[in-house]
Amino acid sequence: MMVPQAPPPPSDEEKMLKIDNLHVKLEEEDKQILKGLSLEIPAGQVHAIMGPNGSGKSTLSYVLSGRDGYEVTEGSATLDGESLLDMEPEERAAAGLFLAFQYPVEIPGVGNMTFLRTAVNAQRKARGEEELSSGDFLKVVRAKAAELQISPEMLKRPVNVGFSGGEKKRNEILQMAMLEPRMCIMDETDSGLDVDAMRLVSDGVNALRSPDRSFLVITHYQRLLNHIQPDVVHIMANGRIVKTGGPELALQVEEEGYGDLLAEAR
Amino acid sequence: MADTAVKAKDQTPTIEGTAKPVNALDARLAALSLPQGGFTAAARQDAMSRLRDMGLPGPRDEYWRYTDPRPFNAPAPQALAIPDGQETPLFDGLDKLTLVFVDGAFDEAASDDLALNGVEIATLAQAEAGASWAADLYGVLEAAGQKPVKRPFAVLNTAAAQDGLLIRVTGTPAKPIHVVHRRALDKADAMWHHVIRVEEGAELTLLETGMSGARSNGVIEVDLARGARFHHIASKRAVDAKVGIGHIFARVAAEAQFKSFTLSVNGTTMRNEAVIDIAGDDAVAHIAAAVLGDGGKAPFHQDDTVFITHGAERCESRQVFKKVLKNGAEGVFQGKILVKPGAQKTDGYQISQALLLDERSQFLAKPELEIYADDVKCSHGSTTGAIDEEALFYLRSRGVPRERAIVFLVLSFLADALAEIEDEAIRDCIYERLDVWLTLNAVQ
Repeated sequence: MMVPQAPPPPSDEEKMLKIDNLHVKLEEEDKQILKGLSLEIPAGQVHAIMGPNGSGKSTLSYVLSGRDGYEVTEGSATLDGESLLDMEPEERAAAGLFLAFQYPVEIPGVGNMTFLRTAVNAQRKARGEEELSSGDFLKVVRAKAAELQISPEMLKRPVNVGFSGGEKKRNEILQMAMLEPRMCIMDETDSGLDVDAMRLVSDGVNALRSPDRSFLVITHYQRLLNHIQPDVVHIMANGRIVKTGGPELALQVEEEGYGDLLAEAR
Repeated sequence: MADTAVKAKDQTPTIEGTAKPVNALDARLAALSLPQGGFTAAARQDAMSRLRDMGLPGPRDEYWRYTDPRPFNAPAPQALAIPDGQETPLFDGLDKLTLVFVDGAFDEAASDDLALNGVEIATLAQAEAGASWAADLYGVLEAAGQKPVKRPFAVLNTAAAQDGLLIRVTGTPAKPIHVVHRRALDKADAMWHHVIRVEEGAELTLLETGMSGARSNGVIEVDLARGARFHHIASKRAVDAKVGIGHIFARVAAEAQFKSFTLSVNGTTMRNEAVIDIAGDDAVAHIAAAVLGDGGKAPFHQDDTVFITHGAERCESRQVFKKVLKNGAEGVFQGKILVKPGAQKTDGYQISQALLLDERSQFLAKPELEIYADDVKCSHGSTTGAIDEEALFYLRSRGVPRERAIVFLVLSFLADALAEIEDEAIRDCIYERLDVWLTLNAVQ
């Protein structure tokens, strides 16, 4: 088992997440999903990925976080210079990677707080840090939950059970806030959110922005990017990044759709 | 359904040194010392004659198709080492009246005084010589529970039980009674028989933990009067080669509530039978179990056999059975709901589920409904599945190591059964202990 090292302080030049020529296929069927995807995210930046359905956006988030069922046939992905692809999912988490799920999983019978404290302390232990006492943990989690308008009652409930769509997404951001990852991937966090919930979630994410934390925001719609302003926008199609630009690229998609952009890229 | 749990069995053991085969029942009885009985004498004699008519179960018995009766039929148990050291007793932090049984016999010195407001408590061995209110009940609910399904080991128990508790509840005692079973001898064949009567409007919580004997046979007869409430929470954690069978017979009068939860962990051949007769209107009977079986060190086979009879109107019954099986462990569930003619507005629910942690383990389920009333709601379901990979990934993606994530998912699977424990403090004790056991036994 790999022991994740505390990451070195990033220099301006350093790319926190570096994906190079990544080729991925589904394990069970011979279907290529990612076909040579390359992407670099420097520390402190927010990058957005937009793309039509079936372009491979969710696959990218799953492959980076280590879900079973995908086979990397070529290429690499590193976090602070370490290969992510050789690590177990929990090792990737301890190394600083976090995936906010599009569909957070319900786990009946396991308290939200118990789960969160176990996760925080498992990561601290894996990094050789001291575990948080239950008193200290409680103090921190209550404060952070209050910012996200998550009630103490929600903290006591089983993980995501009986939560509305918006509550589930806020719970994801609470986990992110507690785990303090260096690299956050958000997989269509805006799906199923009303305007108020989207603002709450975005405020939570914006509060976490810092020079040594990066974000990869996967979304269908430009709307989320009004709230979480990206430094760079990528357009993904057919398993690759086909165009990269500034925030104006998202506006262009919103107005014109993907048609012209994809034709241009071809 | 896979039928591999059923093996060919020879029901006629040959005793060494004798030329001809000895009848299995005679051999079984010869190994027992039968109490003379005082107020139980008639019931014991009646049981003996019923047992001779019935005989011991063989592989052709419908209710013994999935569980090999030979370990129970054998004249004596196999020797089983007494484990070193003792872990902290379960329910240690709760205020309770503790009564200790060693290999099935009451241990007065190790027990609290038999004094609790609202309850009369006596032990069978001591009370037997005199008269007792229990004379009307001893063996009575057991005998009633023999139809339509034979339960020979309960009959054997009525005939031969050495000791037990006679508990009559007239009020609402301030604390639960905790029966602790311990082992002293490596070949003990423990047999005990409790009789419990909860009078009108009274309430009792009975906790049971530990194991008696290398082989055990326990019977509880519970008679609930109108509006009485009975909670039973048992935790049976066996060492590897333990053989045990338990029966609970309950009669539930109008507006009374019967609730039982059993946690069973390991052992080689374990069977729990519950026979519940809902006899009065607006009564409630819930029975639940959580089972953890590991066939790694010794073969594991655990069987829950339940028979609930609805004989009155507007009654509710729930059966919630959850089994976690690994390393070739076998789990059995035979659960029946019988709704008699006239038992209108019955609400019967039954679920049995297994979580198989590998491909070698198996779960055999036989849910049965038999309904003779036309205005009832009855449902049953049975599922067998593996760990949910999506949930496992979710937990691991947050940094929870795989082994710990599986413990979480096992607890999650068991949650519905544990939710049947009403008392929060008792439920917390069970959760804590489960967590410890699961963590020690972490699945790879």
